[in-house]
Amino acid sequence: MSLFATTFSEAFSLLATFDDRVAEIVALSLRVSGGAVLIGTLVGLPLGACLAIGNFPGKHAASVLMNGLMGAPSVVVGVVVYLLLSRSGPLGDYGLLYTPGAMVFAQSLLVIPLMAAIARQVIEDAWQRYAEELHVMRFSWWHSVTTLLYDCRHSLIVALLAGLGRAMSEVGAVMIVGGNIDRATRVMTTTIALETSKGDLPLAIALGIVLIVVILVLNAVAFAMRGWAMRRYG
Amino acid sequence: MSAMFPLRIRGLCFQPNGRRVLDGVDLELGGEGITLLLGPNGAGKSVLLRALCGLVEPSGGTIDWGGAGRPDFGVTMVFQHPMVLRASVLENVALALKPHGIARRERRRRAATVLARVGLGAREADSARHLSGGEKQRLALARAWVTAPRLLLLDEPTASLDPSATAEVERIVREIRTDGTRILMATHNLGQATRLGDDVVFMSAGRVREHAPVQRFFARPASDEARLFIQGELPWRMNF
Repeated sequence: MSLFATTFSEAFSLLATFDDRVAEIVALSLRVSGGAVLIGTLVGLPLGACLAIGNFPGKHAASVLMNGLMGAPSVVVGVVVYLLLSRSGPLGDYGLLYTPGAMVFAQSLLVIPLMAAIARQVIEDAWQRYAEELHVMRFSWWHSVTTLLYDCRHSLIVALLAGLGRAMSEVGAVMIVGGNIDRATRVMTTTIALETSKGDLPLAIALGIVLIVVILVLNAVAFAMRGWAMRRYG
Repeated sequence: MSAMFPLRIRGLCFQPNGRRVLDGVDLELGGEGITLLLGPNGAGKSVLLRALCGLVEPSGGTIDWGGAGRPDFGVTMVFQHPMVLRASVLENVALALKPHGIARRERRRRAATVLARVGLGAREADSARHLSGGEKQRLALARAWVTAPRLLLLDEPTASLDPSATAEVERIVREIRTDGTRILMATHNLGQATRLGDDVVFMSAGRVREHAPVQRFFARPASDEARLFIQGELPWRMNF
Protein backbone atom coordinates (compact mmCIF):
# COMPACT_ATOMS: atom_id res chain seq x y z
CA MET A 1 0.00 0.00 0.00
CA SER A 2 1.36 3.42 -0.90
CA LEU A 3 2.38 5.98 1.74
CA PHE A 4 -0.59 8.14 0.73
CA ALA A 5 -3.11 5.36 1.29
CA THR A 6 -1.44 4.15 4.49
CA THR A 7 -1.40 7.61 5.97
CA PHE A 8 -5.07 8.18 5.26
CA SER A 9 -5.97 4.75 6.54
CA GLU A 10 -4.23 5.40 9.86
CA ALA A 11 -5.73 8.84 10.06
CA PHE A 12 -9.26 7.45 9.71
CA SER A 13 -8.42 4.86 12.38
CA LEU A 14 -7.48 7.63 14.78
CA LEU A 15 -10.77 9.35 14.09
CA ALA A 16 -12.85 6.18 14.25
CA THR A 17 -11.45 5.19 17.65
CA PHE A 18 -12.01 8.70 19.09
CA ASP A 19 -8.34 9.00 19.99
CA ASP A 20 -7.93 11.01 23.23
CA ARG A 21 -5.15 13.15 21.83
CA VAL A 22 -7.21 14.12 18.82
CA ALA A 23 -10.25 14.91 20.95
CA GLU A 24 -8.24 17.07 23.35
CA ILE A 25 -6.60 19.05 20.54
CA VAL A 26 -9.90 19.56 18.73
CA ALA A 27 -11.63 20.70 21.92
CA LEU A 28 -8.91 23.26 22.67
CA SER A 29 -8.99 24.52 19.08
CA LEU A 30 -12.73 25.06 19.25
CA ARG A 31 -12.47 26.84 22.61
CA VAL A 32 -9.69 29.16 21.46
CA SER A 33 -11.19 29.99 18.06
CA GLY A 34 -14.69 30.18 19.50
CA GLY A 35 -13.47 32.62 22.12
CA ALA A 36 -11.76 34.74 19.51
CA VAL A 37 -14.88 34.83 17.33
CA LEU A 38 -17.01 35.72 20.36
CA ILE A 39 -14.74 38.70 21.03
CA GLY A 40 -14.78 39.49 17.33
CA THR A 41 -18.57 39.51 17.42
CA LEU A 42 -18.78 41.77 20.47
CA VAL A 43 -16.13 44.19 19.22
CA GLY A 44 -15.85 43.79 15.47
CA LEU A 45 -19.50 43.87 14.46
CA PRO A 46 -20.37 47.07 16.37
CA LEU A 47 -17.11 48.59 15.17
CA GLY A 48 -18.02 47.86 11.57
CA ALA A 49 -21.51 49.23 12.10
CA CYS A 50 -20.10 52.42 13.61
CA LEU A 51 -17.83 52.86 10.60
CA ALA A 52 -20.80 52.34 8.30
CA ILE A 53 -23.11 54.80 10.02
CA GLY A 54 -20.74 57.31 11.49
CA ASN A 55 -19.82 60.58 9.91
CA PHE A 56 -16.55 61.77 11.44
CA PRO A 57 -13.18 63.08 10.30
CA GLY A 58 -10.92 60.26 9.24
CA LYS A 59 -13.74 57.87 8.48
CA HIS A 60 -12.31 56.88 5.11
CA ALA A 61 -8.84 56.46 6.56
CA ALA A 62 -10.27 54.25 9.30
CA SER A 63 -12.04 52.11 6.69
CA VAL A 64 -8.86 51.77 4.66
CA LEU A 65 -6.94 50.81 7.80
CA MET A 66 -9.58 48.24 8.72
CA ASN A 67 -9.47 46.71 5.27
CA GLY A 68 -5.67 46.64 5.39
CA LEU A 69 -5.61 44.92 8.77
CA MET A 70 -7.71 42.11 7.33
CA GLY A 71 -4.57 40.93 5.60
CA ALA A 72 -2.24 41.33 8.56
CA PRO A 73 0.22 38.40 8.63
CA SER A 74 -0.59 36.18 11.59
CA VAL A 75 3.07 35.87 12.59
CA VAL A 76 3.37 39.65 12.82
CA VAL A 77 0.32 39.77 15.07
CA GLY A 78 1.86 36.94 17.07
CA VAL A 79 5.09 38.85 17.60
CA VAL A 80 3.25 41.98 18.69
CA VAL A 81 1.14 40.04 21.18
CA TYR A 82 4.25 38.22 22.38
CA LEU A 83 5.92 41.53 23.16
CA LEU A 84 2.80 42.75 24.98
CA LEU A 85 2.47 39.63 27.11
CA SER A 86 6.12 38.85 27.80
CA ARG A 87 7.45 39.42 31.32
CA SER A 88 8.93 42.75 30.35
CA GLY A 89 5.89 43.82 28.37
CA PRO A 90 3.06 46.08 29.55
CA LEU A 91 0.75 43.12 30.15
CA GLY A 92 3.42 40.76 31.47
CA ASP A 93 2.07 40.80 35.02
CA TYR A 94 -1.02 38.90 33.90
CA GLY A 95 1.04 35.82 33.09
CA LEU A 96 -0.89 35.09 29.92
CA LEU A 97 1.98 34.13 27.66
CA TYR A 98 1.97 30.48 26.61
CA THR A 99 -1.63 30.04 27.75
CA PRO A 100 -4.86 29.58 25.78
CA GLY A 101 -5.76 33.11 26.90
CA ALA A 102 -2.85 34.51 24.91
CA MET A 103 -3.98 32.53 21.89
CA VAL A 104 -7.51 33.89 22.17
CA PHE A 105 -6.08 37.41 22.44
CA ALA A 106 -3.91 36.97 19.35
CA GLN A 107 -6.65 35.40 17.26
CA SER A 108 -9.08 38.13 18.31
CA LEU A 109 -6.73 40.73 16.85
CA LEU A 110 -6.81 38.78 13.61
CA VAL A 111 -10.56 38.32 13.34
CA ILE A 112 -11.76 41.71 14.58
CA PRO A 113 -10.69 43.65 11.44
CA LEU A 114 -12.11 40.96 9.18
CA MET A 115 -15.47 40.84 10.92
CA ALA A 116 -15.60 44.63 11.18
CA ALA A 117 -14.92 45.07 7.47
CA ILE A 118 -17.65 42.62 6.47
CA ALA A 119 -20.07 44.16 8.96
CA ARG A 120 -19.30 47.62 7.60
CA GLN A 121 -20.28 46.59 4.10
CA VAL A 122 -23.47 44.81 5.19
CA ILE A 123 -24.58 47.63 7.47
CA GLU A 124 -23.71 50.32 4.94
CA ASP A 125 -26.11 48.79 2.43
CA ALA A 126 -28.87 48.66 5.04
CA TRP A 127 -28.12 52.21 6.21
CA GLN A 128 -28.72 53.55 2.73
CA ARG A 129 -32.23 52.07 2.86
CA TYR A 130 -33.09 52.94 6.44
CA ALA A 131 -31.26 56.18 7.24
CA GLU A 132 -34.11 58.57 6.48
CA GLU A 133 -36.72 56.73 8.49
CA LEU A 134 -34.42 56.17 11.46
CA HIS A 135 -33.61 59.88 11.37
CA VAL A 136 -37.30 60.78 11.30
CA MET A 137 -37.90 58.52 14.31
CA ARG A 138 -35.14 60.46 16.10
CA PHE A 139 -32.97 57.42 16.54
CA SER A 140 -29.65 58.23 18.14
CA TRP A 141 -26.48 57.11 16.50
CA TRP A 142 -26.15 54.18 18.92
CA HIS A 143 -29.80 53.13 18.55
CA SER A 144 -29.27 53.09 14.79
CA VAL A 145 -26.20 50.84 15.21
CA THR A 146 -28.02 48.31 17.38
CA THR A 147 -31.15 48.36 15.22
CA LEU A 148 -29.23 47.72 12.01
CA LEU A 149 -27.09 45.02 13.62
CA TYR A 150 -30.31 43.30 14.67
CA ASP A 151 -31.93 43.72 11.26
CA CYS A 152 -28.88 42.37 9.45
CA ARG A 153 -28.24 39.58 11.94
CA HIS A 154 -28.77 36.84 9.39
CA SER A 155 -26.49 38.44 6.83
CA LEU A 156 -23.82 38.95 9.49
CA ILE A 157 -23.50 35.20 9.86
CA VAL A 158 -21.11 35.54 6.93
CA ALA A 159 -18.87 37.68 9.13
CA LEU A 160 -18.94 35.04 11.85
CA LEU A 161 -18.02 32.29 9.43
CA ALA A 162 -15.23 34.36 7.94
CA GLY A 163 -13.85 35.09 11.40
CA LEU A 164 -14.08 31.47 12.43
CA GLY A 165 -12.38 30.33 9.27
CA ARG A 166 -9.53 32.81 9.81
CA ALA A 167 -9.15 31.83 13.46
CA MET A 168 -9.26 28.09 13.00
CA SER A 169 -6.88 28.02 10.06
CA GLU A 170 -4.15 30.32 11.30
CA VAL A 171 -1.00 28.86 12.81
CA GLY A 172 1.60 31.64 13.11
CA ALA A 173 0.14 33.70 15.94
CA VAL A 174 -0.91 30.80 18.16
CA MET A 175 2.47 29.13 17.65
CA ILE A 176 4.30 32.22 18.88
CA VAL A 177 2.12 33.18 21.85
CA GLY A 178 1.00 29.66 22.79
CA GLY A 179 4.24 27.81 22.36
CA ASN A 180 2.51 24.67 21.06
CA ILE A 181 2.85 23.02 24.47
CA ASP A 182 1.56 19.45 24.61
CA ARG A 183 -1.76 19.15 26.49
CA ALA A 184 -1.79 22.90 27.16
CA THR A 185 -1.64 25.08 24.07
CA ARG A 186 -1.49 22.63 21.20
CA VAL A 187 -4.28 23.23 18.70
CA MET A 188 -5.10 21.58 15.37
CA THR A 189 -3.05 23.84 13.14
CA THR A 190 0.07 23.85 15.33
CA THR A 191 -0.18 20.09 15.74
CA ILE A 192 -0.45 19.60 11.99
CA ALA A 193 2.67 21.73 11.51
CA LEU A 194 4.58 19.88 14.24
CA GLU A 195 3.57 16.34 13.32
CA THR A 196 4.28 16.95 9.64
CA SER A 197 7.77 18.19 10.48
CA LYS A 198 8.27 15.05 12.58
CA GLY A 199 7.02 12.86 9.78
CA ASP A 200 4.01 11.64 11.83
CA LEU A 201 1.54 12.23 9.06
CA PRO A 202 -1.53 10.21 10.19
CA LEU A 203 -2.22 12.51 13.15
CA ALA A 204 -1.67 15.58 10.96
CA ILE A 205 -4.06 14.26 8.34
CA ALA A 206 -6.63 13.27 10.96
CA LEU A 207 -6.64 16.77 12.38
CA GLY A 208 -6.77 18.25 8.90
CA ILE A 209 -9.88 16.19 8.17
CA VAL A 210 -11.45 17.33 11.43
CA LEU A 211 -10.63 20.95 10.63
CA ILE A 212 -12.22 20.77 7.21
CA VAL A 213 -15.26 18.87 8.47
CA VAL A 214 -15.84 21.39 11.29
CA ILE A 215 -15.71 24.30 8.87
CA LEU A 216 -17.99 22.55 6.38
CA VAL A 217 -20.51 21.64 9.06
CA LEU A 218 -20.58 25.20 10.40
CA ASN A 219 -21.07 26.56 6.90
CA ALA A 220 -23.89 24.10 6.29
CA VAL A 221 -25.57 25.10 9.54
CA ALA A 222 -25.19 28.78 8.68
CA PHE A 223 -26.61 28.17 5.21
CA ALA A 224 -29.61 26.38 6.68
CA MET A 225 -30.14 29.14 9.24
CA ARG A 226 -30.07 31.82 6.54
CA GLY A 227 -32.56 29.87 4.49
CA TRP A 228 -34.89 29.52 7.46
CA ALA A 229 -34.49 33.22 8.31
CA MET A 230 -35.27 34.29 4.75
CA ARG A 231 -38.45 32.21 4.73
CA ARG A 232 -39.44 33.42 8.21
CA TYR A 233 -38.59 37.12 8.00
CA GLY A 234 -38.27 37.83 4.31
CA MET B 1 -43.43 69.49 24.08
CA SER B 2 -43.56 73.00 22.59
CA ALA B 3 -46.74 74.52 21.19
CA MET B 4 -45.39 74.12 17.66
CA PHE B 5 -48.24 75.98 15.97
CA PRO B 6 -48.81 78.15 14.11
CA LEU B 7 -46.08 76.78 11.87
CA ARG B 8 -44.67 79.68 9.84
CA ILE B 9 -42.43 79.05 6.83
CA ARG B 10 -40.84 82.17 5.38
CA GLY B 11 -38.76 82.35 2.21
CA LEU B 12 -37.62 78.74 2.46
CA CYS B 13 -35.02 77.83 -0.15
CA PHE B 14 -33.21 74.66 -1.04
CA GLN B 15 -30.76 74.74 -3.92
CA PRO B 16 -28.66 71.60 -4.25
CA ASN B 17 -25.97 72.08 -6.88
CA GLY B 18 -27.49 75.41 -7.87
CA ARG B 19 -30.85 73.90 -8.79
CA ARG B 20 -33.77 75.78 -7.15
CA VAL B 21 -35.86 72.97 -5.72
CA LEU B 22 -37.47 75.24 -3.12
CA ASP B 23 -37.50 78.83 -4.28
CA GLY B 24 -38.85 80.94 -1.45
CA VAL B 25 -41.69 78.94 0.09
CA ASP B 26 -44.06 80.97 2.26
CA LEU B 27 -46.66 79.04 4.19
CA GLU B 28 -48.51 79.21 7.49
CA LEU B 29 -50.28 76.25 9.08
CA GLY B 30 -52.55 76.26 12.08
CA GLY B 31 -52.77 73.45 14.57
CA GLU B 32 -55.72 71.47 13.23
CA GLY B 33 -56.87 69.62 10.18
CA ILE B 34 -55.52 67.91 7.10
CA THR B 35 -53.69 69.99 4.52
CA LEU B 36 -53.06 68.49 1.12
CA LEU B 37 -49.94 69.45 -0.81
CA LEU B 38 -50.73 69.38 -4.51
CA GLY B 39 -48.61 70.14 -7.51
CA PRO B 40 -46.92 68.67 -10.56
CA ASN B 41 -43.85 66.46 -10.36
CA GLY B 42 -40.81 68.48 -9.37
CA ALA B 43 -42.86 71.16 -7.64
CA GLY B 44 -40.94 70.64 -4.39
CA LYS B 45 -43.66 68.91 -2.33
CA SER B 46 -41.51 66.05 -1.07
CA VAL B 47 -38.54 68.32 -0.46
CA LEU B 48 -40.70 70.65 1.61
CA LEU B 49 -41.82 67.72 3.75
CA ARG B 50 -38.21 66.60 4.12
CA ALA B 51 -37.16 70.06 5.17
CA LEU B 52 -39.85 70.10 7.83
CA CYS B 53 -38.64 66.86 9.41
CA GLY B 54 -34.99 67.78 9.15
CA LEU B 55 -33.91 65.45 6.36
CA VAL B 56 -32.66 68.30 4.19
CA GLU B 57 -31.00 71.50 5.34
CA PRO B 58 -32.52 74.55 3.67
CA SER B 59 -30.12 77.01 2.11
CA GLY B 60 -32.24 79.96 3.14
CA GLY B 61 -35.41 81.08 4.87
CA THR B 62 -36.86 80.20 8.23
CA ILE B 63 -39.22 77.70 9.80
CA ASP B 64 -40.85 78.96 12.96
CA TRP B 65 -42.44 76.30 15.16
CA GLY B 66 -44.87 78.32 17.26
CA GLY B 67 -42.12 80.75 18.16
CA ALA B 68 -39.40 78.15 18.70
CA GLY B 69 -37.09 75.84 16.80
CA ARG B 70 -38.05 72.39 15.54
CA PRO B 71 -38.99 70.21 18.52
CA ASP B 72 -37.03 67.04 19.20
CA PHE B 73 -40.19 64.96 19.11
CA GLY B 74 -43.67 65.55 17.80
CA VAL B 75 -42.93 65.67 14.07
CA THR B 76 -42.80 62.48 12.08
CA MET B 77 -43.13 61.36 8.48
CA VAL B 78 -44.46 58.41 6.52
CA PHE B 79 -42.83 57.68 3.18
CA GLN B 80 -44.28 56.29 -0.02
CA HIS B 81 -42.24 53.10 0.38
CA PRO B 82 -41.88 52.63 4.12
CA MET B 83 -38.99 50.86 5.81
CA VAL B 84 -39.81 47.45 7.22
CA LEU B 85 -37.35 45.65 9.45
CA ARG B 86 -36.81 41.89 9.58
CA ALA B 87 -38.96 41.54 12.65
CA SER B 88 -42.58 41.05 13.60
CA VAL B 89 -45.27 43.60 12.82
CA LEU B 90 -45.50 44.42 16.52
CA GLU B 91 -41.76 44.99 16.88
CA ASN B 92 -41.70 47.23 13.82
CA VAL B 93 -44.24 49.52 15.45
CA ALA B 94 -42.89 49.33 19.00
CA LEU B 95 -39.50 50.31 17.61
CA ALA B 96 -40.71 53.89 17.10
CA LEU B 97 -41.02 54.40 20.85
CA LYS B 98 -37.43 53.40 21.62
CA PRO B 99 -36.04 56.96 21.44
CA HIS B 100 -38.80 58.11 23.79
CA GLY B 101 -37.31 56.16 26.71
CA ILE B 102 -40.36 53.95 27.21
CA ALA B 103 -39.97 50.50 28.76
CA ARG B 104 -40.17 47.54 26.41
CA ARG B 105 -43.38 46.10 27.82
CA GLU B 106 -45.15 49.46 27.55
CA ARG B 107 -43.83 49.96 24.00
CA ARG B 108 -45.33 46.64 22.97
CA ARG B 109 -48.63 47.39 24.69
CA ARG B 110 -49.00 50.75 22.93
CA ALA B 111 -47.98 49.21 19.63
CA ALA B 112 -50.61 46.50 19.99
CA THR B 113 -53.29 49.12 20.67
CA VAL B 114 -52.42 51.11 17.57
CA LEU B 115 -52.13 48.00 15.40
CA ALA B 116 -55.70 47.07 16.34
CA ARG B 117 -56.84 50.54 15.23
CA VAL B 118 -55.21 50.19 11.82
CA GLY B 119 -56.63 46.71 11.31
CA LEU B 120 -53.41 44.75 11.76
CA GLY B 121 -54.11 43.41 15.23
CA ALA B 122 -54.35 39.84 13.96
CA ARG B 123 -50.97 40.15 12.19
CA GLU B 124 -48.91 41.24 15.21
CA ALA B 125 -46.75 38.15 15.30
CA ASP B 126 -46.29 37.89 11.54
CA SER B 127 -43.11 38.91 9.82
CA ALA B 128 -43.55 42.48 8.65
CA ARG B 129 -41.83 41.73 5.35
CA HIS B 130 -44.59 39.35 4.41
CA LEU B 131 -47.22 42.10 4.47
CA SER B 132 -48.77 43.40 1.29
CA GLY B 133 -48.07 46.94 0.08
CA GLY B 134 -51.23 48.29 1.66
CA GLU B 135 -50.56 46.50 4.92
CA LYS B 136 -47.02 47.88 5.03
CA GLN B 137 -48.37 51.37 4.59
CA ARG B 138 -50.81 50.75 7.46
CA LEU B 139 -47.88 49.50 9.53
CA ALA B 140 -45.98 52.69 8.73
CA LEU B 141 -48.95 54.78 9.78
CA ALA B 142 -49.23 52.79 13.00
CA ARG B 143 -45.53 53.36 13.64
CA ALA B 144 -46.01 57.09 13.25
CA TRP B 145 -49.29 57.17 15.19
CA VAL B 146 -47.92 55.31 18.21
CA THR B 147 -45.60 58.27 18.90
CA ALA B 148 -48.64 60.58 19.21
CA PRO B 149 -47.16 63.19 16.88
CA ARG B 150 -48.37 66.78 16.79
CA LEU B 151 -47.50 67.01 13.08
CA LEU B 152 -47.62 64.07 10.72
CA LEU B 153 -46.09 64.46 7.26
CA LEU B 154 -47.25 62.03 4.58
CA ASP B 155 -45.37 61.75 1.30
CA GLU B 156 -47.82 60.24 -1.21
CA PRO B 157 -48.71 57.29 1.03
CA THR B 158 -51.24 55.83 -1.39
CA ALA B 159 -49.39 56.38 -4.67
CA SER B 160 -48.74 52.69 -5.23
CA LEU B 161 -51.88 51.26 -3.60
CA ASP B 162 -55.07 49.87 -5.09
CA PRO B 163 -58.42 51.60 -4.38
CA SER B 164 -59.40 49.43 -1.42
CA ALA B 165 -56.00 49.83 0.26
CA THR B 166 -56.17 53.56 -0.48
CA ALA B 167 -59.57 53.78 1.20
CA GLU B 168 -58.23 52.01 4.26
CA VAL B 169 -55.26 54.37 4.50
CA GLU B 170 -57.57 57.37 4.18
CA ARG B 171 -59.74 56.03 7.01
CA ILE B 172 -56.67 55.76 9.21
CA VAL B 173 -55.52 59.27 8.31
CA ARG B 174 -58.93 60.62 9.36
CA GLU B 175 -58.69 58.78 12.67
CA ILE B 176 -55.22 60.16 13.33
CA ARG B 177 -56.57 63.62 12.67
CA THR B 178 -59.44 62.97 15.09
CA ASP B 179 -56.82 62.14 17.72
CA GLY B 180 -55.54 65.71 17.41
CA THR B 181 -52.61 65.31 15.02
CA ARG B 182 -52.03 67.98 12.38
CA ILE B 183 -51.51 66.39 9.00
CA LEU B 184 -49.68 67.66 5.92
CA MET B 185 -49.95 65.24 3.03
CA ALA B 186 -48.45 65.35 -0.45
CA THR B 187 -50.53 63.68 -3.11
CA HIS B 188 -51.24 63.58 -6.82
CA ASN B 189 -54.71 62.20 -6.26
CA LEU B 190 -57.20 65.03 -6.73
CA GLY B 191 -60.11 62.88 -5.59
CA GLN B 192 -58.21 62.12 -2.40
CA ALA B 193 -57.71 65.83 -1.85
CA THR B 194 -61.45 66.43 -1.98
CA ARG B 195 -62.18 63.43 0.27
CA LEU B 196 -59.57 64.09 2.91
CA GLY B 197 -58.40 67.65 2.89
CA ASP B 198 -59.56 70.65 4.83
CA ASP B 199 -57.32 72.92 2.78
CA VAL B 200 -55.00 72.70 -0.19
CA VAL B 201 -51.53 74.10 -0.75
CA PHE B 202 -50.73 74.21 -4.44
CA MET B 203 -47.04 74.29 -5.34
CA SER B 204 -45.14 74.59 -8.55
CA ALA B 205 -41.52 75.33 -9.41
CA GLY B 206 -40.52 75.36 -5.75
CA ARG B 207 -43.06 77.94 -4.58
CA VAL B 208 -46.46 78.00 -2.98
CA ARG B 209 -48.86 79.41 -5.58
CA GLU B 210 -52.09 79.07 -3.64
CA HIS B 211 -53.34 78.10 -0.20
CA ALA B 212 -57.10 77.78 0.04
CA PRO B 213 -59.93 75.70 1.52
CA VAL B 214 -60.48 72.57 -0.55
CA GLN B 215 -63.85 73.49 -2.00
CA ARG B 216 -62.76 76.97 -3.04
CA PHE B 217 -59.53 75.65 -4.59
CA PHE B 218 -61.36 73.20 -6.82
CA ALA B 219 -64.31 75.50 -7.59
CA ARG B 220 -62.33 78.71 -8.22
CA PRO B 221 -58.57 78.14 -8.47
CA ALA B 222 -56.78 81.45 -8.12
CA SER B 223 -54.21 80.83 -10.84
CA ASP B 224 -54.21 79.50 -14.39
CA GLU B 225 -51.54 77.06 -13.32
CA ALA B 226 -53.76 75.55 -10.64
CA ARG B 227 -56.67 75.41 -13.07
CA LEU B 228 -54.58 73.60 -15.67
CA PHE B 229 -53.29 71.22 -13.01
CA ILE B 230 -56.81 70.35 -11.86
CA GLN B 231 -57.81 69.77 -15.47
CA GLY B 232 -54.77 67.58 -16.02
CA GLU B 233 -53.36 69.94 -18.61
CA LEU B 234 -50.34 71.40 -16.81
CA PRO B 235 -47.30 70.89 -19.06
CA TRP B 236 -44.51 68.86 -17.50
CA ARG B 237 -41.50 71.06 -16.93
CA MET B 238 -37.89 70.07 -16.66
CA ASN B 239 -36.69 71.75 -13.47
CA PHE B 240 -32.95 71.05 -13.93
